[in-house]
Formats: sequence, structure tokens, C-alpha cells
Amino acid sequence: MKLLIKGGRVIDPASGRDEVGDIFIAAGRISGDKAKADRTIDAKGLVVAPGLIDLAARLREPGHGYKATLESEMDAAVAGGVTSLACPPDTTPPLDEPGLVDMLRRRAKALERARVYPVGALTVKLAGERLTEMSVLAHAGCVAFSQANVPITDTQVLWRAMQYAATFGFPVWLRAEDKWLSREGVAHDGEVATRLGLAGIPAFTETIALATLLQLVRSTGARLHVCRLSTAAAVDMIRAAKKEKLPVTCDVGIHYVHLSELDLGYFDSHCRLDPPLRSQRDREALAAGLADGTVDCVVSDHAPVDEDQKQLPFAEAETGATGLELLLPLVLKWGAERKLSLARTLARVTSDPARILGVQSGRIEPGAPADLVVFDPAQHWRVAPDALRSQGKNTPFLGYELAGRVRATIVAGNVVYEDVR
Amino acid sequence: MPPNPQLNAKGELQHLLSIEGLPREILTQILDTAEPFAGVTEREVKKVPLMRGKSVFNLFFEASTRTRTTFEIAAKRLSADVINLNVAVSSQSKGESLLDTVANLSAMQADVFVVRHGSAGAPYLIARHVKPHEHVINAGDGRHAHPTQGLLDLYTIRHYKKDFTRLTVAIVGDVLHSRVARSLIHGLTTLGVPEVRVIGPQTLMPAGVESLGVRVFHDMRAGLKGCDVVMMLRLQNERMNGPLLPSAAEFFRNYGLTAEKLALARADAIVMHPGPMNRGVEIDSPVADGPRSVILPQVTFGIAVRMAVMSIVAGN
Repeated sequence: MKLLIKGGRVIDPASGRDEVGDIFIAAGRISGDKAKADRTIDAKGLVVAPGLIDLAARLREPGHGYKATLESEMDAAVAGGVTSLACPPDTTPPLDEPGLVDMLRRRAKALERARVYPVGALTVKLAGERLTEMSVLAHAGCVAFSQANVPITDTQVLWRAMQYAATFGFPVWLRAEDKWLSREGVAHDGEVATRLGLAGIPAFTETIALATLLQLVRSTGARLHVCRLSTAAAVDMIRAAKKEKLPVTCDVGIHYVHLSELDLGYFDSHCRLDPPLRSQRDREALAAGLADGTVDCVVSDHAPVDEDQKQLPFAEAETGATGLELLLPLVLKWGAERKLSLARTLARVTSDPARILGVQSGRIEPGAPADLVVFDPAQHWRVAPDALRSQGKNTPFLGYELAGRVRATIVAGNVVYEDVR
Repeated sequence: MPPNPQLNAKGELQHLLSIEGLPREILTQILDTAEPFAGVTEREVKKVPLMRGKSVFNLFFEASTRTRTTFEIAAKRLSADVINLNVAVSSQSKGESLLDTVANLSAMQADVFVVRHGSAGAPYLIARHVKPHEHVINAGDGRHAHPTQGLLDLYTIRHYKKDFTRLTVAIVGDVLHSRVARSLIHGLTTLGVPEVRVIGPQTLMPAGVESLGVRVFHDMRAGLKGCDVVMMLRLQNERMNGPLLPSAAEFFRNYGLTAEKLALARADAIVMHPGPMNRGVEIDSPVADGPRSVILPQVTFGIAVRMAVMSIVAGN
């Protein structure tokens, strides 16, 4: 099918292009030829940008079908303008063997919505003891290897895992967290946790682990992507590591550039996140680091949680927040607050994550995959359970009015979502 | 910040969840209301009819003898019906959720829930889900708060010292895990105590405790100098040997209250303890039983203070 997206404000963060124009799509790719279209989408007054690429979205399959289904979360992805997503291996069982990876990819492909890139487990069952068959998993479609939110505590295993991954050039995507230091904690170890009587997770939980990871990158040459930075000190360490030309990239979850420990209020379990929301100074450093490029990209860290698991005292509530449908408006909010152009704002969810993932999408140029989002940057909507397609309604942003509503999402030239009005 | 969930639209006490965030007027109202109740407990007929026909549900998800009993006595002296539920060994072990338990009890026509729970914030969760005419009183939630204990401590201090605005108060021991300490600190700072000190090793101090408005001392002798009130905290058995402390004996050596250390405080200083005491760990017996100790009066005042809290919330 040939598609024409007509008269929209076309923004391509990779090239900096920002102009009103038409986009022609043929054979699933952006076309240079102005062929006659089978279908035209009128994008007048709307922004046309590369579809969002989210490096951390949990689809809860296999194993957690009561929290969400692949269908519900893939619907949520395209409703949020996300056209590619990487899913962490913390499923049940974890993505540690090729059959599971293959099944996930096939199931996702059959749904014909967003592209799904599985991230394989670095160790068997994420237990931090034995390496997975990384070559076999890569062949099955894993794009990187990770421990999700279960850091390896045994540094000997961590060292060997990074050495082994480096041997084959596989990227490792790891959280920087010292599990011994964080083991009982549920909130940032600071004034709010002290006041609320919650067990604390000190900021150095992250920096101590990050120092270890960076030293292992120096010694093994592994390509490291640090997931979900949460502290100002870690942003400084990444800045120094990049100056040193280490092969290191990093991301931050969208919640952490907007929220801090103060948002816990009176024990709001929607703010029970892993890593924890930290101080306002940390939040400011993350938002600034994302703007100056120290932090390469921002992710939804989508984690749909069953309402029953959130209606619990703070420490007992399950961690995580739904995010796929909030990523775009929250990124726009961040960009507006930092007075960034739309192109620079959107780079952090398009061309930058595409570079880390090593994929062709995330740009608008002839020959690139036609993965696009058409959105109204000025349309406000209220975050409410029935406004979300994800089965997870758990978000600290419930009740917020946010600007930026997706009107159409296109993956490989197919219109996979349309806000019919 | 959302509105204070303890107060109703008129700014009156709807629930008692924490001392933090309560205005001085409400704290004073509770202490003043408790005064005549202290008299009731000494009469031959120890009952007033203020809560006749009302039901108080004691909902203890964590074991407690003293607090539960004093709440029960307080409710009975107000002529309320009291139902004790030891939830720790019933519904929860059958897998019922906290909110389901509360919904079921609410269907049995409760007026006041007295809640103790091991997890900080649990009473807030319950307060968000009860009906408008129902009231929640926090009887201790994790490390967070124990507001009626804080109020009875304030009552005790006022009883012996009259004026809060000239006092130096020291709180000694395991501040990190102590809801009693947090509640007392908020109460003292709200009522205008100019100097609140916390004394203990770094391992038992929460991060940024100074932000609560206290001065930190690691040397007990220095910290006790010039104090009018010395509040000792209970040290839990499981924290005596491990990464926080090497032994109970070494803790006693550094932070146990002895007559010799107490001599550094003001001559008329009072000694308090929320109980149950570990004699020889945080406090030496001659001090606990000595003339400066007001540990048993604290228990007696606790009944009057709990009567005051229950009658005030039930009346709002």
C-alpha cells in the first residue's frame, strides 16, 4: 500500500529537519518518489515524527498475563506512538533460552503493531550465577543482554559475563545497583524516607555499582548501556566516562526527570519505583544531563502492575509504573521545561535510542523504515484509568493534564493506530 | 502535596495518623481534653458516657499488649463497645488483603478503627478507604509514627514541666527504627521546644535526621548536659548483634542510662521510656525505678490521652 501523509510539520531529529511537508510511503519505507497514494492522511496542524523507540517496556509475557497481555500492551505502545520497543528479560520464566525469545517475537509479530526487540538474560534465570547461551539467544533475536532489575551481586560473575559478551560484541544493558546496600530499602535514603519511616536506599548504592561497572568496561572492553540512572553523582560519572571515550551509553526513566521523593506525599504507592525517586537535586541533574546528551535517551520503563498489588502499604506495593502512553507527552513536557526545540526533544526518544539499538528506524529519510507518529503537540488530555489502553493503570501522573496526543501511528508503512474522531 | 488526610474540610481531626502536620491548636486541644479524663481514671466509677453506642475495632496486624490494652481500657471508659481483632493470626494468614479486611469490618458498623501495622503508611491506606463517618487512629505503623504514644509523652512532659518553650529534651537510642521518636520529635517541635536532641550511634540514626529539627549527639554524656527530659528508646533484640551494633553490653556502655550519666542532666530532669524496657540494655534498673523515673505515670496518662483522642475524632 502506498500512503501519503500530507501537510504535517515534519520533524526529523537525526537531521534537524523541521518543516511543513508531505511524506510518501511505499513498500513499508519512506519513499523519495511522489507516487500516487492509495491513502492520504491529512496531517495539517500536526507533527509528523519518527515513531518513538522505547528501550524499556515490559509486556509481561510470558508469565504475568494477569498484569497485562501482549495484546493490551502492544495496543498501548502504538496508542503512545511507540513503534519499536525493547523488552527487558524479567518475564516468568526470564528470557534466558531461545524458545522463549522466539515465541515472544512471533507472537508480537503476529499482532502487527510495534516492533519488539527482546533483551536476553545475561545469566540463567537472572540468578547471577551461570552465563546464558548468548550467541544462541542473539541468533534467536536478542539485541542485548541484561539483568533487568536484578543486578549480579557476585563481581566475579559480572566480570566474566562482561568479558564473554565483549568477546562477541554483544552490548550489555545493566542497572547500576549494589544489591547489598539496597536490600531492605524502598525509598531514597533522605529526608522524606526519614520522615515517613521508610527504609532507605542511599544514592551511593548506584555510584558504587557504577564505579565497578565502569572499571569492568575499561578492563573488558564490553559495550555498556547503563539503565535507569537515578542520581546526580552517576550523571557526573557517566560524563567523565564519555570524556574518557569509554564505550558507555545510558538512559533515564521518564518519571525520574519529572518527579522526586517529595512526590511520595502520604505514601503514594504509585511512586514506589525501582530505582527509587530521589532528591530534587538528582531530578534536576537527570533532566539537565538528558538535555546536554550525557544521558543518551529516555525510556518509559513501562511496568503494568495489577491494582491489587498497588493497594498496599508503600513498602509492600509492587514497584513500577505504566508508561508507554505517557512517554510522548512527558518527553514533550520535559523539552518545553528546558526550552528545547521539538527536534532536540524528540531525538531522545527516536534517533538516540535507535543508535543504541543499532536499527535503521528513528529517522525520516528516503529508504528508512516507515515507522512514524503523527501527533498534536497542543492537545491536552487528562491521565485517567479509562484513557489508558495498557492493562496497567498505575501511574503517579493520574489526574495530570498533559499536552501531546497521538493521532496516528505507522509501522512499516501500515497504519497501526488511529485516533478516530 | 495533597491535603492533609487527617483533617476534615473544617480543619478538625478526622483521623489521627501522625503528629506531623497537626497544628499546635489540635495538639493542645487533645492534651487539654485528656486532663479531666486523667481524673476519671482515679474515680471509683471509671466511666463517662461519651461514646455510648459506638464501636471501636482494635485492629492489630502486629503483636502488642500494652498499646492494645490501653486503647481497650480507654474505649471502655468512654462507654464504647470494643472489639479486639488479632489480625496477625487470622485473615491475613488466610491471604485476605488489608483493604478487604477493613471493608468487612466496616460492614459490621465500626465507628473507630485503631490500627497497628508493621508497614509504614498502612493506616493512611485504610483511612483513604473507610466511610466518611468512620475514623482511623494509628496505633503504630512501621518506623513511621505512633501518635498516641507521642501525645502521651507530650502530656507527661507538660504534666511535670508545664512550659514547653524553655525545655531541652534528649531522645536516646535507636532513632532509626523508632516511630516513637519520630512522633515525639514532631510534637515537641510543634509545641515550641527550643532544643530537641537525639543521641545514638551513626548506625541508629536515619539519613538527614537533622531535617526533623533536632541536634544529633553521638556522645551521650555531652548530649545529656542540661537536659530537662530524657526519653530512652527501646532497642529491639534482633538489632543488638549484627551490622548495626556489636552487642547489647557495648550499647549499654555507650548509650545505657545510668545514675552516673543521668547526673549530667539537670537536677530535676525526668526519665521516660515508652516500654517495654530492656533493663541493663538501654536503662539501668536503679534509674528506671528511681525518683526521676516517670515511666509508670506515662502508662496511666496514656489511657487519658487515648480517651481524649477517641472522643475528639468520634465527635467530629
